[in-house]
Amino acid sequence: MPVSLYRIDDRLIHGQVVAGWGQPLGLGYIVLVDDVVAESDWEQELYRLGVPPTVDVIFVTVAQAACDIGLYSADARVGILLTGTVEAMLALVKSAGAPIAAVNVGGIHHREDRAQKLRYVFLTKDEERALHEIEAHGAAVTAQDLPSARPLSLPEILRGDAA
Amino acid sequence: MDSTESPRAIVAGHGMFPHGVVSAVDQITGKGSALVAFSNAGLGREEIESGLRRLLAQHGTTVIFTDLPGGSTTLAARRIMRDIPSLTVITGTNLTTLIDFVFRDGTMTAGEAARHAADRGRASLTAIGG
Repeated sequence: MPVSLYRIDDRLIHGQVVAGWGQPLGLGYIVLVDDVVAESDWEQELYRLGVPPTVDVIFVTVAQAACDIGLYSADARVGILLTGTVEAMLALVKSAGAPIAAVNVGGIHHREDRAQKLRYVFLTKDEERALHEIEAHGAAVTAQDLPSARPLSLPEILRGDAA
Repeated sequence: MDSTESPRAIVAGHGMFPHGVVSAVDQITGKGSALVAFSNAGLGREEIESGLRRLLAQHGTTVIFTDLPGGSTTLAARRIMRDIPSLTVITGTNLTTLIDFVFRDGTMTAGEAARHAADRGRASLTAIGG
């Protein structure tokens, strides 16, 4: 089955992903797409500690994820794919061998060069442009931190109506 | 809260859990000031880690209690342990854990007290009926 959730979340694997999304979805695996984590055994061990033993974690670079997307779709289990940055998700959307229909903005937190859009979304101008570019490649961008929240469209995110 | 006691540990976690559980410790023991609450709400990975580092340095504490074993505050605390090997991190913290910890003043090191408290907290988790 296709990956159930393509999520941008700068905390990567954490409680909201594993419990908030993982439990209602019946999560079987997480693809953590991060070029630094993919090269660090120590970081990988750290993230594995946060996941129940019934959930597999696959650590890959952006380039590897783009090649392997077809493999993920062939997996019968429910999967979540995570990137820590908008840039990484854009690179994946542009280079993936299969189309990505939707991208979830789950958490991009405060930084000095970012402006607040939502309680859990802060963006630079470059990140705003990158989200537009993701949509231009056919992936609908919505912000939704948890399944129980209403998904907000990209115009709603950028207007910051719900901040 | 008891203003005479300096903080001996940080309680870190999601939402208002840290502040709530520290408030409960204070209500029960009067020793809530032995703990400093730190919430990850609205913070990114780097801000959580820098916030915990700042509190550790500010209060000279060597113990962090967290809620979820896989939560962002636990991951940040484990990253800090690479630089501060003497740090003790207790995950899955509950009220029993913290009450035991705040009563261990002076009789054990903070790390020993934290491990003792973790044992008490684990033992307190009980299913009744059903």
